[in-house]
Formats: sequence, C-alpha cells, structure tokens
Amino acid sequence: MKTIALVAALLCGWAGSVLAQVPEHCDLPGYLLFSDSELRRVAGAVRDHKRLDIAVLGTASSLLAGAEGASSAYPARLQAALARRLPGVVVNVVSLAKSRQTTADMTRELKKLLAEMKPALVLWQTGTFDAIRGVDPVQFRETLEDGVADLQAGGADVVLINMQYSPRTESMIHIGAYADSMRAVARERDVPLFDRLSLMRYWNDVGAFNFYAAGRDRALAVKVHDCLGRALAALIVDAAKLEEASGQAGQ
Amino acid sequence: MDTRTAQPVMTTERDLRLDLFRGIALWLIFLDHIPSNIVAWITIRNYGFSDATEIFIFISGYTAAFVYGRAMRERGFVIAGARVYKRAWQIYIAHVFLFTIYLAQIAYVARGFQNPLYAEEMGILDFLQQPDVTIVEALLLKFKPANMDVLPLYIVLLLVFPPALWLLLRWPTAALATSAVLYAAAWEFGWNLSAYPSGHWFFNPFAWQLLFVFGAWCALGGAERLGGLLRSRITLSFAVLYLLFGFFVTMTWYFPRLEYLFMPKWLSDQMYPISKTNLDVLRFAHFLALAAVTVYFVPRTWPGLASPLLRPAILCGQHSLEIFCIGVFLSFAAHFAKVEFSGGTAMQIAVSLIGIALMIAAAWLIAWYKRVEGRKAAARPQAVQTDLAGGGA
Repeated sequence: MKTIALVAALLCGWAGSVLAQVPEHCDLPGYLLFSDSELRRVAGAVRDHKRLDIAVLGTASSLLAGAEGASSAYPARLQAALARRLPGVVVNVVSLAKSRQTTADMTRELKKLLAEMKPALVLWQTGTFDAIRGVDPVQFRETLEDGVADLQAGGADVVLINMQYSPRTESMIHIGAYADSMRAVARERDVPLFDRLSLMRYWNDVGAFNFYAAGRDRALAVKVHDCLGRALAALIVDAAKLEEASGQAGQ
Repeated sequence: MDTRTAQPVMTTERDLRLDLFRGIALWLIFLDHIPSNIVAWITIRNYGFSDATEIFIFISGYTAAFVYGRAMRERGFVIAGARVYKRAWQIYIAHVFLFTIYLAQIAYVARGFQNPLYAEEMGILDFLQQPDVTIVEALLLKFKPANMDVLPLYIVLLLVFPPALWLLLRWPTAALATSAVLYAAAWEFGWNLSAYPSGHWFFNPFAWQLLFVFGAWCALGGAERLGGLLRSRITLSFAVLYLLFGFFVTMTWYFPRLEYLFMPKWLSDQMYPISKTNLDVLRFAHFLALAAVTVYFVPRTWPGLASPLLRPAILCGQHSLEIFCIGVFLSFAAHFAKVEFSGGTAMQIAVSLIGIALMIAAAWLIAWYKRVEGRKAAARPQAVQTDLAGGGA
C-alpha cells in the first residue's frame, strides 16, 4: 500500500513538474504591475481598428538564443498572451532587440521605427548594457527621456522595461542608478514602467524560480520569458483599460 | 589610543566622535555593498538623501587636516606634503590589492556561469578577454569595478590636498570659497574624470572635494566658528525639518502611491535627479543637517563615548583604511557565500553579522599591535606616530 502511495506521489510530482514547464498561471502580484499611466493609443487602436501593433526595442535580455529562441522569448510570449486575452483583436508584436546596444544606440532607430511600422505601443527594454558600459547615469536618463518624448510625439505609447534580477552578477553591475533613472523617466513622461527587476526578485523570493542557477538550463529561461510575456500582457491590458472593453479573459 | 592622547596636539585631543561615526559609516558601507541584503534596510541611505559615503569623506577630510595640518605647521609644507603623498600611495596599494581579489572572484564566476537567461549580464565578464588593457586601466584608476570607487576618489583628493591645506591654514575662508567655486563649476561645465570602458567617475572628485575640504575647514577652527550656529535651537529645528522632508521623499520611492497622492509635480521636477556622482546639493544639505543634529545631541564630552558598547565602532573608525578594505573584501565574500550556498534571509543576516564581527576583530588586532609596537618605539621620533594617527582612508 505504502509503495503504491509513494509511486503515485512520485508520478504526480513528475507529472506536475512536466506540466510546470509551460505554466498556466504565473504568479503576477498586482502591486508590481500597477501603473497610474494610461496607454490611450493602445486603447484607441484596439477599440477602433481591432488591431494592436507592438514594437520591442531592447538588448540581449529580450532575446533567447537557439533555434526556438525567437518563439520562446518574451516578445513572442507577449503576443500569444495578448491574443488569448483580446479575442477578435489582431495582435502583432515585432522584436527589434539586438545585443550590445546602449540606449543612445537605440534612439538612432526611433524615427525609422515610427515611420515604417507605426506601432501603437513601443516596449523599450534597456539599462543593462548601459550599466555594463558605465554610461554616465545622468546622460542615460536624458537620452532615454528624449527618446521616449520622440516616440510619444510620433504617435506611440511607451512602456519601459528595466533590468533583469541577476543575483550572480549583482555585485558586479551597478544597476541602481540606472534603475532609478528609468523610474524617474517613466514618471516624468507619464509612461508605465514594467518593473522586471522587482518582479523577478519577487519570483526569486517566493521560490517560483531559482535565479542563482548557473548551469546551461534552457528550460528555466523559457519559463521565465513566458511568465514575463504574461506579466507584460497583464500590465498592458490594465494600463489601456482593455478589460472592461473585451469583458474578462484569463491570464 | 593611549599613545595618541599622550601627544601634544594642535588644539585639543582627538575628537572620539569622529572615530565613532566613521566606524559606524564603515559598517554601513559594508552592509550596503552586499547586494540584496535585508540588513541593509537599517542603513541611512534608505531614510534620507545622503548615505554613509558622505560621513566617511567628511570625517576623512577632518582627520587629514587635523593630522597633516599640525605637521605642516611644525615641519613645513614639504614634509607634510610628503606625508600626504605617502598616505595616498598606501591607499593606492590597498586599492590594487582589492582589485586583485576582485579579478579572482570575477574569473571564478565567469568559469561556471552559463545560464542562457543571463546572456546579457555575462557581458560584464568581457573585460577578462583583454587582461592587458583592463589591468593597465585599473592601475590608472580609470577602470573601477562596482563598489571600488571610494578609494580612487580618496587618492585623488589626497594628491591635491597639500596646496589646499596650505591655503586652509592661511586663509581658511578663501580655501572653502575656492572649493565651493570648483564644485559649482563642475556642475556648470560638467567636469569629471573619464573612466574605462566609457563614462565618468562614479564619485566625481571635482564635486566631492567640497565635502572633504569642508571637513578639513571644520578641523582647522571652522567648527569653533560655527559653534554658535550649531548650538542654536533655530538651526536644530531647520535641520530636523529638512531630515523629515528627506525621510518623506525617500518613503515615496518605496511607496509610489504616496508620491502619487502627496508629491507635487513641480517639486519632483526640481528635485530629480538627485545625483550621487556629483554630490547633489540635496545630499550635501542632508549631510549637514545630520551633522548639525548629531553635534547638538552628542557633545564632545558625551560620557557615552567611553562606554564599552561603542568601543567596537570607535576602534573600527580609528583604523579606517584597513577596516574599509577588509569591508570591501568581506562584501565580495558575502556575495560569494550567498551565490554558492544560499541567498535566503538567514544567510543575509548571518553574513552581515559575521562580517561586522570580523571587522571589529581586525580593528582590535591592529589596535593591539600598534599599542605594543608603540610602547617599544616610545623613544623614537613622533613622525611614525602621526602617520599612524593619519588613520586616513
């Protein structure tokens, strides 16, 4: 009897861990995804055109390497999550992320991006590479603020995405000043900040993920990006007030 | 200690409050240097604009002027200047030593770290590809890894200290005014030293020199001149009000809702960004307010200074260069322990407490050694003694 119970428990555990590879529900604390800033252009695009074009600007932490990298990275996962949450709306997320770009490098592409793609929303992930390169934080802040202003003037809503929580390198990369700058720019330009840093730290603290892992574990990265995509979708739906419009939808 | 009190000193004996608060500042810097450390919630940077760095640089300026000012009066500009440079050299050696430990730690991390989630963060290890460039830039104080910015600032401040001290001894007000003008010019024209691979010094020496010179000015009679001001209740109430304001503003960083409800937009437009690199006026004023309140409630003759409870902090403050370096090393070690064993709250508390205990033990050992050696060398000239008292960093 005991053996059977043990085997059953092990099987359940095994099944559970297999299912956990693509979690149905990531733990998304509302207080970390709450924003006072509204995404009016997103709301307009969804309401008037039933279409949502999103561009992702960013660096290596918006990418995953490998054959299925593009479909596993958070921009693709965001598209999937938004499509689930907004039935009847065409959601198109284009990732323009490239590794080793400073914020100043990325601002050079803004005009072209606005002209060619006309996105309703630009997700701008940055900060990490600037911190690695030691770009002057004051300069970083000014560049980012000007860039966000340009995007807004060009007709796009903006969401800023800050750094990943990376416990193995946190004593080596001084991200504090850059994270503060991003928070300040978000407040200044009245755009939501997707606080990836706090969110991942929260997942680490509640034991959802072990970010101390050093090994070549791809499954972890895939899971984390899936959850980041869902979290972004939650933030966008909330900040554009799409929930009331389309009725309620699952995560 | 006992060797020092026996010495003839310029005005009166060494102010133990300096050692006490510098010792506490060293502990706080250590706690702040451990990443994601729950114990760091007790440090002052979470409750106002300034942090332990301001305390450390101010007191360092104060003690440097105290020690080398006396030397300059008694033995002249050249001898005193040479002593300052000797101290700067010691600090440089200490910095290079810490850098070596840092390299070893980074190289170790680089070997095992392959998590695809962190492909970007691994970029910080790129400099290991070019050790020739990196090491030379580090020796030139241009490449400064995270948390290793304070000693290079201190070295640069000491390199220009002899002429500053000369001026401070003759026309203290002119010296302080020059320093303030330099500070303002650094803000106006964006002066800073360049860093490698890009950017500037994290602690801008052109800005931070103000705090150092102000400390020196206070040591050379400025504190007495400010005495009336510091004893006034009006000053105290302004200082307390400003500290409360700083406290409220920092609270809005942790509870964004507060900011949304109470912080007027024009005020935040005025205030932010609060630059640590350029020693923002808000930070400087916050330090002044802290100092004013402290001096009001903790007089020089405060009996608590003799209490055995404060003895560990005073000991650490008296050997600040050594203890600072040990603190930086221990913060590397603490991070290593967190990564390799566990990052949990228990571990954070354990490494914090063990670290401070080790700092105290080291300070005690150094004090003991100096006392023993001091007795033996009692007959030797005072030069050796003053240099030790330089207690610089």
